[in-house]
Amino acid sequence: MEVIVILIFISLFIAGSFLVAFLWAVKSGQYKDTYTPSVRVLFDADDKRVDSSNKKMKK
Amino acid sequence: MELEKFSYDNGIVRKFAFATVLWGVVGMLVGLLIATQLFAPALNFNIPFLTFGRIRPLHTNAVIFAFVGNAIFMGIYYSLQRLCKARMFSDLFSNIHFWGWQLIIVSAAITLPLGITTSKEYAELEWPIDIVIALVWIAFGINMFGTILKRREKHMYVAIWFYIATWVTVTVLHVVNSIEIPVSFLKSYPIYAGVQDALVQWWYGHNAVAFFLTTPFLGLMYYYLPKAANRPVYSYKLSIVHFWTLIFIYIWAGPHHLLYSALPDWVQSLGTVFSIMLIAPSWGGMINGLLTLRGAWDRVRENPVLKFMVVAVTAYGMATFEGPMLSLKNVNAIAHFTDWIISHVHIGALGWNGFLTFGILYWLIPKLWKTGLYSKKLANFHFWIGTLGIVFYASSMYWSGITQSLMWKQFTPLGVLQYPNFLETVLQIIPMYIIRMIGGSLYFVGTIVMVYNLIKTARQGSFQKDEAAEAPALIKIDDPFKKGIRHRWLEGKPIYFLFLALVAILIGGIIEFVPTFLIKSNIPTIASVKPYTPLELQGRDIYIREACNSCHSQLVRPFRSETERYGEYSKAGEYVYDHPFLWGSKRTGPDLHRVGGKYPNFWHYLHMENPGSMSPGSIMPSYPWLLTNDLDVSNTSKKINVMRSIGVPYPDGYEEFAIQDLHAQAEEITLDLQKSGAPAEANKEIIALIAYLQRLGRDIKAKNYSTNK
Repeated sequence: MEVIVILIFISLFIAGSFLVAFLWAVKSGQYKDTYTPSVRVLFDADDKRVDSSNKKMKK
Repeated sequence: MELEKFSYDNGIVRKFAFATVLWGVVGMLVGLLIATQLFAPALNFNIPFLTFGRIRPLHTNAVIFAFVGNAIFMGIYYSLQRLCKARMFSDLFSNIHFWGWQLIIVSAAITLPLGITTSKEYAELEWPIDIVIALVWIAFGINMFGTILKRREKHMYVAIWFYIATWVTVTVLHVVNSIEIPVSFLKSYPIYAGVQDALVQWWYGHNAVAFFLTTPFLGLMYYYLPKAANRPVYSYKLSIVHFWTLIFIYIWAGPHHLLYSALPDWVQSLGTVFSIMLIAPSWGGMINGLLTLRGAWDRVRENPVLKFMVVAVTAYGMATFEGPMLSLKNVNAIAHFTDWIISHVHIGALGWNGFLTFGILYWLIPKLWKTGLYSKKLANFHFWIGTLGIVFYASSMYWSGITQSLMWKQFTPLGVLQYPNFLETVLQIIPMYIIRMIGGSLYFVGTIVMVYNLIKTARQGSFQKDEAAEAPALIKIDDPFKKGIRHRWLEGKPIYFLFLALVAILIGGIIEFVPTFLIKSNIPTIASVKPYTPLELQGRDIYIREACNSCHSQLVRPFRSETERYGEYSKAGEYVYDHPFLWGSKRTGPDLHRVGGKYPNFWHYLHMENPGSMSPGSIMPSYPWLLTNDLDVSNTSKKINVMRSIGVPYPDGYEEFAIQDLHAQAEEITLDLQKSGAPAEANKEIIALIAYLQRLGRDIKAKNYSTNK
């Protein structure tokens, strides 16, 4: 069953590389703000159509 | 701040969207055909290319890698550009990725019906295609990481993390599970044998579900569900926790596919423990998705896109609760090898992957063509008929799975099997197979309606290949607290670093570990277990070509109901020369691990020619071409050589004599068949297959049976 050693080794390696990624994400401030990103995705450049129509409505 | 002008590549999104729809229709149609064959086997028209064993992998590959695969790429190429506020890294790589992926699909559609297969589920494609998959996948990776690196938005939205995890893990899984030694251009043997091969395969198989059918779709859910509902995800914090916990736990759950097998017990328990733990992140994700719609459920009533997404997320929740339950040993003892599993995977495939894809298509196509959806009514019709299809499909398969399993296990008060004839348990569930096909047809009709609706939508709109956009450039702010150039360099290029480290360590690991560990195996060997004779080896390859393992397992579990029915339970040491392992995952027919010597050669001859002649009512396809096809023996010595190179102890120089041994054994079987009155000829494929079937499970019946450590 030596292949288990390999699979565990590889799985640990994958987990380890994700751990590095996680630490990077935390350290570099990716998660300093855990609210605005969720709102920001809702705004796209092509949503200008919506914006302009809103302006028209204000007039 | 200066705004940079650039454009989004919508052309590549359109290509992937088109491919998604096309392959979705093809994959589902093939699924319908095999579902129908299960109660009307004549519908393979006795054509080798249309038999169940050969096109079942065509169905699974088409829906997983062609339909869902293209849907993933469609969703990623659209959302990644917007999330990063940047065009894809390279148009050339986008196109290499697209056309390369379609090339892989087409080559799968050609090779699988021809019987060119490795037999490993969801990894059936042979080695040249495996190499192309790796190259195309790397092109996709470069394109994705390139885009992330040139992003104009500092924060990486949670969806991007899911995409990254998908890419990294699928790369590793594909490479590790596809290490095989070629015999010829389209034939190879895996370097792993028996139990080890099974473990690697299901480590792959499980994580293919995890990282191809789940993580990318969760990323898509976190982008498209808020977009379609036009409100932020319920808790962004929870989505981050969801991501990290999910990817740390998922990778360990693979052994739950091999409960009660010859796999060591502690590995099985490890798989179960991690599977149970998976409920937490999975349900966290489901709840997060559903609660995004809090206060907006009135919109679900009116918006077909949201309807599809709600059912998709609910199906995700159901499947990820059922999965951990199925990994409990006592539940698994009933469900494994039955239609229950078929139901489980289709809740995921039809509900989660299918419906989320439909939802995204209904949202994305009008967006890309700058118009409204052609018909909301038709989309609602699609939603209801699709949901009904899932209900028919799932309930019939649950019913059939539990019924059959209980019949397998039923004893009379006298202590003998109540249904000793396997066929009885098959005939009992035929009505369920019919209902399943009806469910599948409803789902398929819905898909066709969607195709019409989407074409009409596109016709009434106007498509813009490059969509203009603008965003401020990302300004890198140096953190005064960080010191040292090297550290700063690493932190500035995390993905680059991750990528290089992964490649470097994996190459090192594979070169260093695989040969040393695998070739000298110390699985408890059984002295009487010998390598296959050349004829049996050829017969085994025919067994693989016809994918007998699609319907027949070769693994007797240690239950009294199974040892009574099939014989002694299977031992790890019996499989040491099995490259690849052929345990199977479904018993549409009986287990074959102890079939050797159970029936005379003549029985097998007639049974393969027409199974109904030996077992009236059998739903097994006929294999008349095995009786007329000449056995290709030209590669015999090559096969012996390759097998020896991966640890099967054929004596040195045996390849010279292998062909003589093959002819001698074939002669012997042919004589026996002719005595029984069969018009058999020694050079036909059937002889090799009979030789293999008669060998199965016999080694440990030898008198000098003993185990060595």
